[in-house]
Amino acid sequence: MIKTEYDKNVITVFLSGEIDHNNAGSIRSQIDGQAESLHPKTLTLDFSKVSFMDSSGIGLIMGRYRTMSLLGGNLRVVNVPKRLEKIIALSGVGALGVLK
Amino acid sequence: MKIVNEMNISFASKSINESFARSVVSAFVLNLDPTINELADIKTAVSEAVTNSIVHGYKMEDGTIYINGKITDKNKVILKIRDRGCGIEDIEKAMEPLFTTAPEEERAGLGFAVMQSFMDKVKVSSAPGKGTTVTMEKTIIPRKR
Repeated sequence: MIKTEYDKNVITVFLSGEIDHNNAGSIRSQIDGQAESLHPKTLTLDFSKVSFMDSSGIGLIMGRYRTMSLLGGNLRVVNVPKRLEKIIALSGVGALGVLK
Repeated sequence: MKIVNEMNISFASKSINESFARSVVSAFVLNLDPTINELADIKTAVSEAVTNSIVHGYKMEDGTIYINGKITDKNKVILKIRDRGCGIEDIEKAMEPLFTTAPEEERAGLGFAVMQSFMDKVKVSSAPGKGTTVTMEKTIIPRKR
């Protein structure tokens, strides 16, 4: 469900499929586990292959923003497909400055 | 307004059934030939309502969730998502964007905001101990061929 790459202080997480309350918890612990052991400067979440998400995906972004703030790094959210733009806009996560 | 189609399902309050509920409702609505966006809106709203029932109504414990779907002759989809869980004490507060009683679950507090912005109409009826019913409506705009 997720694929991660680590290079030059950046963890990139490629999310795919559907993100809902049922799987957000396991995605969260996988990402946080990696971030806490590698202490990257940047965590990048790539949403290009996400076919559906509800507000659980928003919780996932806000939570990782918190994780990275605690670790002294930053979060980037990239390749948000058109189909997810509506929920992203509604959530206001753009105000966190994470959308690239 | 005439009801031209109707369906009822009930399923266990388990988070694995969130995707089941979305799939059933989209299959039911598909006859109206919705756009991809209209279908995504409905799926997202259903996902929010069902997740609320699981996380808040039944507090992740056993229970049953009921969905009644209706389609009218005016292309309107009416969905009733009901649980017999703990109910909501203060509906207005619960519907406030960013309000959540489950921050440890990383709930963003956006469930009702999503339902309201993705559907045409949302009504919540609930009382403590009596469960919660969310009724949502959306008209599928007929497409020119």
